[in-house]
This record gives sequence, C-alpha cells and structure tokens, in this order.
Amino acid sequence: MGKHTFRVNGERVTVSAPSDVRLLWVLRDLLGITGPKYGCGIEVCRACTSHINGKAFNPCSVPVGQIDSNDEITTIEGLPDTVGKKLHPMQQAWIDRDVAQCGYCQPGQIMAAVAKVREAQQAGREITEADLDDIRNICRCGTYHRIREAIHEGAKQMAADD
Amino acid sequence: MTDVSRRRFLAYVIAAPTVVAAARWADAGTSTTAAPQPIPSAPGLSDTYDLNDLLTDSTKTTANMITVRVNKDGTASFALPRIETGQGITTSTAMLIAEEMDLPVSKVHVTLADARPELKQNQFTGGSNTSISTYTPIRTAAAAAKQQMKGEAARRLGVSADHLTTRDGVVHAPDGRTIPYADLAESAAATSTRQIVVALKDPSEFRIIGRPHGRVDAHAAVTGRKTFTMDMHVRGALPTMICRPPTIKGTVKRVNNRTTVTNMPGVTDVAVISGGVAVRARTFGQCIDAVRALKVTWNPGTVDKDSDKTFLAELKANELPFGAPSPDPLADVVDESFTFYWKSNSALEPNVAIADVRKTRATIWSPLQAPIFTQQEVADLLGFSVDQVKVHVLPGGGAFGRRMFSDVALEAAEASKKFGKPVKLMWHRTDEFRAGRMHPMATSHVRATYSGGSVLSFEQRHTSMATDWSMGFGEPLSASMASAPPAGLGDQGYSQGVWNLTINVPYNFGQVDHAIYEIRKYDDMHTGSVRNLYSADAAVARELVVDKLAKAMKVDRYRFRQEFLKDDDLASGVLHAAAKAARWGRHMPAGTAQGIAFHSEYHGKIAAVAEIDCRPSTVNRKKRQAVTGPRVTKLVIAVDVGLPINPRGLEAQMMGGAMDAIGQILTESMHLRDGYFLEGSWDDYYYTRQWNVPRDIKVIVMPPSSDAPGGAGEFGVAVTKAAVACALAQATHETPAYFPINHFDPLPFHPFPTEPPIPQSPRDGLKHAR
Ligand code: FES
Ligand code: FES
Repeated sequence: MGKHTFRVNGERVTVSAPSDVRLLWVLRDLLGITGPKYGCGIEVCRACTSHINGKAFNPCSVPVGQIDSNDEITTIEGLPDTVGKKLHPMQQAWIDRDVAQCGYCQPGQIMAAVAKVREAQQAGREITEADLDDIRNICRCGTYHRIREAIHEGAKQMAADD
Repeated sequence: MTDVSRRRFLAYVIAAPTVVAAARWADAGTSTTAAPQPIPSAPGLSDTYDLNDLLTDSTKTTANMITVRVNKDGTASFALPRIETGQGITTSTAMLIAEEMDLPVSKVHVTLADARPELKQNQFTGGSNTSISTYTPIRTAAAAAKQQMKGEAARRLGVSADHLTTRDGVVHAPDGRTIPYADLAESAAATSTRQIVVALKDPSEFRIIGRPHGRVDAHAAVTGRKTFTMDMHVRGALPTMICRPPTIKGTVKRVNNRTTVTNMPGVTDVAVISGGVAVRARTFGQCIDAVRALKVTWNPGTVDKDSDKTFLAELKANELPFGAPSPDPLADVVDESFTFYWKSNSALEPNVAIADVRKTRATIWSPLQAPIFTQQEVADLLGFSVDQVKVHVLPGGGAFGRRMFSDVALEAAEASKKFGKPVKLMWHRTDEFRAGRMHPMATSHVRATYSGGSVLSFEQRHTSMATDWSMGFGEPLSASMASAPPAGLGDQGYSQGVWNLTINVPYNFGQVDHAIYEIRKYDDMHTGSVRNLYSADAAVARELVVDKLAKAMKVDRYRFRQEFLKDDDLASGVLHAAAKAARWGRHMPAGTAQGIAFHSEYHGKIAAVAEIDCRPSTVNRKKRQAVTGPRVTKLVIAVDVGLPINPRGLEAQMMGGAMDAIGQILTESMHLRDGYFLEGSWDDYYYTRQWNVPRDIKVIVMPPSSDAPGGAGEFGVAVTKAAVACALAQATHETPAYFPINHFDPLPFHPFPTEPPIPQSPRDGLKHAR
C-alpha cells in the first residue's frame, strides 16, 4: 500500500492506496470527491472527465501511482477557482441554456468542453461544429443539442475573460 | 377581484407547528385521475370560506394525502411521491406550488418522498403520467396553505380575506400594509386537522405555469453537487459489485477460489447471492479486480440456445393472423413487416443501491420508479414486514424504464444480509448491457387495403418477446396480477392491456384492427419496456405504411396525413406547425430527404419532420470506434400536451426522446448470440453521440389547448423514430425491413469476453490527456 501525494482542486492531499487503483476511485471512494462520475470505467463514456494540469483526462483509466506529486488535478468542484469566480463561464452557459436533465453526465461534459475550447483558443481559432462532433461524452438523456449551444456561448465568454 | 370561474376542491389543514395543508393524492385503483373532488361552485361562496369545519380523524383521512408545509422562513416544502430522473418533475412541481401559493419558485423546496405504501399505485413514476396525475392534488394543497395564511392575515389586519392579495410570499392589504408568509407560518398553523374548500386559479390567472422555467437543480448539476446514490455516504456502506454469469440468467454452481479473492487487497467480503458472486471492498476499483479474479463454475442460463435468429423465427411463427373482415377483393393491398431488434434501456448512472440490513430492520437508498413495490419485495426477501423496511428514493441519473424494477435493491439487500454489513452496490457498465434489462425484440406486420380515394382497412399485428410488467403500476397488488394473472391469461393479459391503452391508429382508415402477441415468459430474460413502451416500434411500422399508402394513392405524404387524420383541429395543428417550420416539400438534393410523422398518446398530439442525409460523404465519415452512417440534419417537432406546465422542460424532453429515436432507427441495438449479448460498452452499443446529432433542432410547443396537462416524458420518441424512418425510406427509395438499419453490418467492435464478466480499466489514460 503506497502513499500518494498530489494536488486536488488547489489542496495538497495524501492517500494510502495500492498504486494500481485508478484515480477515479481514489477521488470518489477515498477522498469523497464525487463530482467526477462513473459511467463505464474504460475511458468510453467520459462521465469522469477531469483535468490534469489543465488538460482533460479520464481518471477511471489512470492508476493513482502514475500521478506525480506536482500534478494538479481539477475536478468539477474546483473548476470555478481556476478562474477565481463562483462559476466558470462554461458552467454559467450551462445554466443559461438549461442544459442538464438528470445531470449525471454534466460534470464530465463541462470539463471536456472547457478543455476543448482552451485547445482551440490556444491554437488561435474558434471552436467549430466539427470540434463539437468529436466530443465523445455520452449524454443518455440526450441534451447534446443544448450542450453544443452552451459550448459556443461559454467559449465566447472564456475568450472575453482572457 | 377577478371574475373568472375558479374550480373548488376539498383540502385539509393539518394540526402542526407551522402551516401544513394536504390534499388527497389519488384514489387507489386509478392511476390517472386527479384525486381531489371538484366542488360545484355555489354562488357567493368565498374563496376563503371554510365550507365544513369538520373535525376529522387525521390518520384516516390523511393517509392517502400529500402535504405542503410552510416553513418558518416563509418557504414551502413538499415531498413528491415520484422520482426525478431528469424529466424535470421537481421543477414543474415547484412551479405548481409557487403558482398557487404566490411564492417565487426558488422558495419552494421539492424533495423525493420515501416509499409510502399507503399511496398504493400512486407512487409509481412511468408512462409519462406524473403531470397528468399530480396537477390538481399538488395545487390543491398549495392553495390550501395560502388560504390558511390569508385567513390569519385577515384576522390580524382586520380586513376580509377577500380583500387581501398575495404576491411573492407576502400578503398585501388594500391600504398598503403587508405581512410576509414567514410571519404567518406559525401563527396561521391549524390547531386541529379539518377539511376546507379551496379555489384553484383559473388558467387565465397563471403567472408561472405555462412559462419557461430553468431547472431547479441546474446549479447543483453543473457544480457537481447534485447527490446521486453513488455519491451518498452511508457509514460502512463499502463498494460492492457482482461477478455475473456468462449467459443470461445463469447461476452459480461453485466458487473455486473464494479464499484467494477474499485475501486480495481491499477486499472485505465474498459471498454467493442470487445474481452471482458479490464482492465488497474498500474501493470499486478493488471490486473490479476481485470480480475479475473470481473463478466460478456456472450453471447454464435460460436462453443459452437462443440468438437473434431463433427469436426471429419464433416471432414470425407466432404472429396472430389478420382479422376476419376480409377486404374488398378488388382493393389494392400494402403489406409490410418490420423487425425491431433488442434495445438496452440502461441509463448513464448504472444500477445502484445502498442497503443496510440489520437483524430487525433494513434501509435502502436507490433511484426507484416503483419504491412501494421495492419495499414489499425487499421485505419478502428478508422475511420482514413492510414496516421493517425503509426505502429512500434518490434522484436518478436517467431512468428510461430501467428503474421500474427492484433488481439492484434486492441484490444489495441480499448482499448486506449475507455480509452482515452495509453495502453500496453498483453495476459495472458491462453488466448493464449484458445482464441489464432489454426492450424486447419484436416484429410488426401491417396490412392495409385501399381503393379509389379511400383506405378500407388497416390491420397491425405486433409480436414481441414477453415484456416484464411484473412491477405492475408500482405496487404489489397490481404487480401480483402481472406475474400471476387471473383466468389463465398468462402474461398476455397484462401486455394486451398496456397495448390497448397506448396504441391507436389516428387516421380514418376504415376497418382498423391491431393486436399484440408475446412469446415465452416474462422472466425468461431480463426485459422491460424502454421509453415509450410499445409505441416506439409500433408507430414506426404504422407511419411507414402510411407513406406507402400515400405514394400508392399519389398524394403528398403531408397532405395525405392531413386528409386522413381523424377530425381533430389539434392533430391537424401540430402537423401543420411542424410542416411549416420545416418548409415541408422544399427541394432536397438527391440522397437527402424529408420525412413526416404524426402520433397521439398521453392525452396529446405530436408531429415531426426529419431531414436526413444519406450521401456517401456523410455516410462514410470516419470516427474512431463509432458508427457514423446517415445523419439526421434537421428535426422539427411540434407538440401539443394540452397545458404545458414548463415549456422549456417539455422542449428538453422532446429533444431527449429524439436522441433515442435517432439511435434506435440508425445505429443502436443489441445482438443476442448463444444466450448472451455481444455488447458491453457505449462504444459497442451505438446510442446517439455528438457525431449523430442534428445540428438544427426546433421544438414547437403549441399554446395551451386544454386546462389540464398531458404526459411528456416519452412522447418525443415514437414520432421522431417514425419521421426519421420515413425520411430514410424516401432518401434511399427503399423501406427498411429491420431497425436499426446497421443491425446486420459487420460488428464494428470486438466483443468483450464473458469470463471474466467485466473488462479491466485501462492504465494509459494519461496518454490521451489533452
Ligand atoms: S467512467 Fe471514465 S470514461 Fe467512463
Ligand atoms: S443529463 Fe442525464 S446523462 Fe446527460
């Protein structure tokens, strides 16, 4: 049983767990951070999408032993702090468009959207319909259309805030 | 004062520390009728006059009631005997209460009620029935709470209650004096429980009902704070999973390495339960490891010799013959048969339940559509009485019919009992597909005859693998009818009932006759009806034949429907609205086409126009581990549900139903082979993904056509499926004989092995970070 130290949502944490336990379970079952959801455990549904050093990833498919002590993990709970606000503009866009139905997929959808927009903006371009077609996150309630609208809106606000 | 006619209902005020008002929920035995009885309006009867100061036995009269409670801070609380699974009923319920109480929606707190066996069928969420059955009772209780506070305000202000108005949680006197509800909550509380008469607002007075409102849980959902069962912390309830059999309904013969697995890191317990071998561990990750490490010898399942092929032959062989009235021998005939393959009804949140079983009591937490039924089943399993079992209903991460059943709650209870410890039992995604419930495979055969300008007959024979209706309408009485129906009807009795209640042919087609027959037994496989029951398949068959008739009779498909629709302005209205917004009949390039469909159900009418692109450049798009194929490029849905309580929520429901519809026609099905389903993940089961989503979707919510709401949850599925199927047939000049259309394409995935029953989580996730 190894001890693992890293940063989650701005706080340094240390947990004891075998190195092979996937980070999702360390977050959810051991640290009680339940924003990232389980939907498959095999990097397919993307309900667990979170950020590692600002990049989107799926903690269900990363053993905790691979997380470095300098790594910064951000889950949906920590997203507002990354912009120093009560809500990240993408979350606000989600509320404005009334995107969520059951809401189970939405933390993952928002984390995926933020990374996608950042990637486009860092490449100096706007998010396109083709970018949106590439998003793999499942929404079993079928909120896909409003997700697309909200990403466009959130992207605008992210650009404006920059 | 308004001069509108307000309907009056019986309500109750309950003796309590703050204002609590109640209304009868619904009569046992009727699942759809609103419970409170209207009082004939008597001239001069004041809105706030107490008709009977009847002192009543509170327990007797309030047992079957729902109550609205006013809190000391002036907010209102209500425990809804239904489950919120994304359909938006906590929002629409808060709107109903806010409307009648004249409170802001944000000051109404709606929670989900625990199982309340005294409510009988009326704690069952399904069949899109919530708005229909709760509309009057909830408003009645809310109106009674307001009336009680107005009465106290009138006394304090020395003004007749008739002259007081209420706004945003404040009572206003004509002279400008005000009293907020917070100041009345305690002083207006009833000291004895009694019956009163309340008047409900006339729809012309509505300020909240009928206006778009955002979801009350939107903030919680986007911040990750919305608590699902998976997120709940119950002391000692450690992660638990089940190692399941390699074929459907197989059973454990022998566990060969129990000690080894019990000694694995994190694992606390291993035991055989009815669904397989349960393992409990410190994390779900360690449960996955343990499930995969188990060496189990299995007994065969119930359908080990079956595959899609065997079922298809059996369905065809059991189709009921067409009816007697033999059509005019000179008439022309359209005769088409369609096959609909298995559909998974799994939600994104997998099956999950927390169970804490002690010596003399048990507590369950789970998203349940039929909690009273579950409470009874858990009690039976444990040999307890119903009142020894507490069932808490949590919001579900989707439902789609899956949560009508108690499967996971029973497994959790059994595991908790065996381990003597609390458990949080979750299904793996692969369990969801392979051991989870399916919408049964079915065929639908339609024969229609026509002559000159008339359709003379229209017959439909639907044949399906048996659907499990054993949850009845959510409580044990009607459920026992489904599993042991009277008069030797077998399961047919129940399925016939559901079929006849939901299926109709909305056109003037002469002799109309439709019937269903189900093969095998309801519990041979894990079945259940996915969103929109039988209609989702039956309407596709019907509308495709309608198109065939229109073509044969050389009438435009839209005009044909308008001409043959049963005389009904509302039906014609939605069809017209959808066609107009979609610019029906506009020029479409070769390989693309429009399709139109109409459907009526749930006291409502709905029409859809879909545009589809079947050109090679679209069909052959490449995406990793995906099915692309034809794409629906545009979708217009016009819906009339009578009175839309929350048009924004309704819009969302229609879009959600449309996503099911698109997948079910074009991409998603299960393949049964030698007793198990090949699919094991969302990358095998091609439910609609972003690359299949139309970029242009419009939902037209028709203005209120009635003063009562209809159902909405499932309404968007059948009509959109039919419109997409019709568009596809038009674009490709070929009517598909089976759905989804890719069912016989080479499998785009490698099926996971069946032993071990679930796949290991990858370890290379960091490589894909971006
Ligand atoms: S749970 Fe991580 S991708 Fe599905
Ligand atoms: S909102 Fe329910 S799965 Fe996306």
